[in-house]
Amino acid sequence: MSARPAGERIPMSVPLQRPAAPEPPAASPSSAPPARAGAFWRLTLRRLAAQPTTRVAAALLAMIVIGCLVIPWLSPYDYYTPHFDLLSRGPMLAGAHLFGTDPLGRDLLVRVMWGCRISLAVGVAASLVSVLIGVAWGAIAGYVGGWLDSTMMRAVDVLYSVPFVPFVIVLTVLFGRSLWLLFVAIGAVSWLDIARIVRGQTLSLKQREFIEAARVAGVRGVDMISRHIVPNLLGIVAVYATLTIPAVILFEALLSFLGLGVQSPMASLGSLVADGASDMQAHPHLLIVPAALLSLIIYCFNYLGDGLRDALDPRSR
Amino acid sequence: MPDPSAAPEPLLQIRALTVSYPAGAHAGALPAARATARPGARPARAEAHLEVVRGVDLDLAAGEILGIAGESGSGKTQLLLAILGLCGAGARLRGSVRYRGEELLALPAAQLNRTRGARIAMVFQDPATALNPYLTIGRQLTEVLRVHRGVGARAAERRAGAMLEAVHIADAARHLRQYPHELSGGMRQRVTLAMALIAEPQVLLADEPTTSLDVTVQSQILALLRELRERTRVAIVLVTHDMGVIAELADRVAVMYAGTLIEQAPVEALFAGPRHPYSEALQRCVPRLDGPPPQRLASIPGQPPDPAALPPGCAFAPRCAYRLEVCERSAPTLVQAAPRHWKACHYDEPLGRPGPAASTAAAATLAAGEVP
Amino acid sequence: MLRYTLRRLIIAVPTLLLIATLAFALLHAAPGGPFDSDKRMLPAIQRAIEARYHLDEPLWRQYVRYLGELSRGDLGPSFQYRDTSVNQIIAQGLPVDATVGLAALALALLVGGTVGVSAALWHGTRWDHAPMALAAVGISVPVFVVAPLLILVFAVALHWLPPGDWVAGSPSHLVLPVVALALPYIGYVARLMRGSTLEVLASPFIRSARAKGLPSRLILWRHALRPALTPLVSYLGPAIAGLVTGSIVVESVFGLPGIGRFFITAALNRDYTLLVGITVLYGAFIILCNLLADLCYAWIDPRVRLR
Repeated sequence: MSARPAGERIPMSVPLQRPAAPEPPAASPSSAPPARAGAFWRLTLRRLAAQPTTRVAAALLAMIVIGCLVIPWLSPYDYYTPHFDLLSRGPMLAGAHLFGTDPLGRDLLVRVMWGCRISLAVGVAASLVSVLIGVAWGAIAGYVGGWLDSTMMRAVDVLYSVPFVPFVIVLTVLFGRSLWLLFVAIGAVSWLDIARIVRGQTLSLKQREFIEAARVAGVRGVDMISRHIVPNLLGIVAVYATLTIPAVILFEALLSFLGLGVQSPMASLGSLVADGASDMQAHPHLLIVPAALLSLIIYCFNYLGDGLRDALDPRSR
Repeated sequence: MPDPSAAPEPLLQIRALTVSYPAGAHAGALPAARATARPGARPARAEAHLEVVRGVDLDLAAGEILGIAGESGSGKTQLLLAILGLCGAGARLRGSVRYRGEELLALPAAQLNRTRGARIAMVFQDPATALNPYLTIGRQLTEVLRVHRGVGARAAERRAGAMLEAVHIADAARHLRQYPHELSGGMRQRVTLAMALIAEPQVLLADEPTTSLDVTVQSQILALLRELRERTRVAIVLVTHDMGVIAELADRVAVMYAGTLIEQAPVEALFAGPRHPYSEALQRCVPRLDGPPPQRLASIPGQPPDPAALPPGCAFAPRCAYRLEVCERSAPTLVQAAPRHWKACHYDEPLGRPGPAASTAAAATLAAGEVP
Repeated sequence: MLRYTLRRLIIAVPTLLLIATLAFALLHAAPGGPFDSDKRMLPAIQRAIEARYHLDEPLWRQYVRYLGELSRGDLGPSFQYRDTSVNQIIAQGLPVDATVGLAALALALLVGGTVGVSAALWHGTRWDHAPMALAAVGISVPVFVVAPLLILVFAVALHWLPPGDWVAGSPSHLVLPVVALALPYIGYVARLMRGSTLEVLASPFIRSARAKGLPSRLILWRHALRPALTPLVSYLGPAIAGLVTGSIVVESVFGLPGIGRFFITAALNRDYTLLVGITVLYGAFIILCNLLADLCYAWIDPRVRLR
């Protein structure tokens, strides 16, 4: 006999009536003992690793990270010394210019690897900053509630309306370009989403019975936030952190593309794309190599974030 | 084989219905399920497919109220869903479900849709989520008529209003224009009943229709169901875990445990003299108001088995106070214990006196519930 | 609904004020002022220019004057183009932005929405995995990468479309910029719609609808679509903000004479009034779009009570 009537066009994608198997013994209402929390992360990791796409993404990222750390160190070339005898050559094996050279004869491979370093460093660091700010902001607003919550979230709403890229452009024009400015500007922008998400989660966690049980047992304030609320936020924060990184990398690349990020001779992937774009008819490799690498990094992070989200959600497929 | 409770051909005839899901549905979510597999549990089958409804036979006569009792996980909801082909993705259905002679299980969607809503309707447990919050009540009522009976818009509205009144919602015209979130829980459940019955189906499948309502509303809904049956002669299959609801409303009762039917009888007979240890234990769980209050509330020790790790033999045996040797080896089939009363149990003595396995924890529970 | 709109507009004023004040502060916080560029001027001329731009007045008075002009919609004169006002420059560039932006939005919503919903309906098959993989690629490739690549392929290599410039009324000049701008949003919308459609289709009320025997097409269009659209409507605000940002890049790469390109040249030439004026404009536009998106959401979802 068939499963469902043939021709049924609306798929029941998530079985609604999946019968409940007996639950493992219910966790005590107090904070999860470390062993159980570790088991949770191990399970998540296992589910994450189970999907082939995430494995590939993680492997690619690992290769890129290793490459950008190791290659500039191994390569006989640096990113700033011009070699006027080898201008804008395409990819070739001779002289170990695997990706060719740029208009000033600098090895493209090394420059691109340096660009990856910058992009990854800014991406991870700025994301970390924005996650910290966002989690603190959202958890406090959500937990304390009342007027503090309204004020804090109103501030978020206002900041949301500020057009960030133009503002940052204005800032860099006015105050010159520096890596610090980049950090600050990007970090100041990206925490808004996380703050909103964390606040929403905190609000719904507050209603849960285990929080009431803890409160009855006498847990209060900072203790409550750090021992009960934050650990339950980690999952969703991990997902959003992983998804913030590519957004930040994109932002930095955009600024560098517009000429407002890193200063030459230092190269970021964005500035390399800009350089390549101006010369792409004659030497397409100058555009394609950094563009492909940048897109690859962003793509892999997106996939990891998605995979993490799926691994943490018990329902999703 | 249970014979129909009335002489004419039963409206709904279910034979050997089995619903199973691929085991992968449980893989990621609950690795603990493997841990509870007992030695000697059926291995290969459990790996491939989890059977949540196992070989159920049922008949439903026109106008009768059949109660299906059981705890969570007994498969009673899946049974209802299987009748209308609403089981989740990956479900495998085997057996036969005939409505007035027509086989429903193999039907393609387009034809099954002619039966759903128009001949066999269903009401779900939680009225808050069963209604589309984005559409008005009127819309959700009239569309049934317009799709199934080709009724025009205006006529459909009139009939929708009449239907609301039939379920005792006053000021029907105003409510037709409202959205589900603007109604109270009890009213919402009445609306879902109205929605189910507006096309005048002959069978109503009710999955725990009163469970999410408070007690006063519950009794109103039950009274409403009885009234609707009187008026329209609709047959009702009422699934619930609440024996009180069964006692109040059902004509006949079927008790389910771990996906199988373990007892079937007219309601008075079941309550007066249950023949299956599980049914007996269920009744014992309800505290009585007559006599002195018990020291402890009675419960059935243990847990229902995991469908992935069903014990060989009778599924209830591990928790049964009356279990025999044979119970652990071979699963009992339904046999007639009295006129129109069937049970699936190897134990043939009358229940109530301590059974052979009474020295287990079950005895303590029995003793606790005993009136001293 | 009307009261809510008015309230939101009123709340928008302080936000705009904040943006304007920030803009003003930046304007005057720039080290060295607006005229410290290459040319050295005779002191007399410098004083005359300062007087003309009211730069000699005390800061608070400049601020008040600035707010006054802003409330009249006057964004001041441009520093680069001495005889043109910012308003004129914006008016010049607006049609370009409007055309490209609206076309990109429409493309993103229609194509992305269709792909997303279809992927949900074909969930689990290759008609789900393949489009979603493409969508993931679309999201990951930055617009400033896509734009030059599109030019490389379609204009330079294949000669199918012009590589840039703006010819009013010529649709072929629109194709590449609009596609470049819309591409990541097609991806976002597709993923969003797929996720929300899947979620809606798993809802209990869809099961009720099936139990009523309604045909699949009716269930999709009448029961499922509206709930599925709500996350998309919520996303519209940020989406439009992103389109605005993206248009800056697209206009520079394709050489379109829109506001975005003026923004870039203003940045490079330190034309502060133009720079800040455009930023305030962007801010106002984003606030307006967020308001419209919220109104749409309330219109779709009857449970939202506008207070």
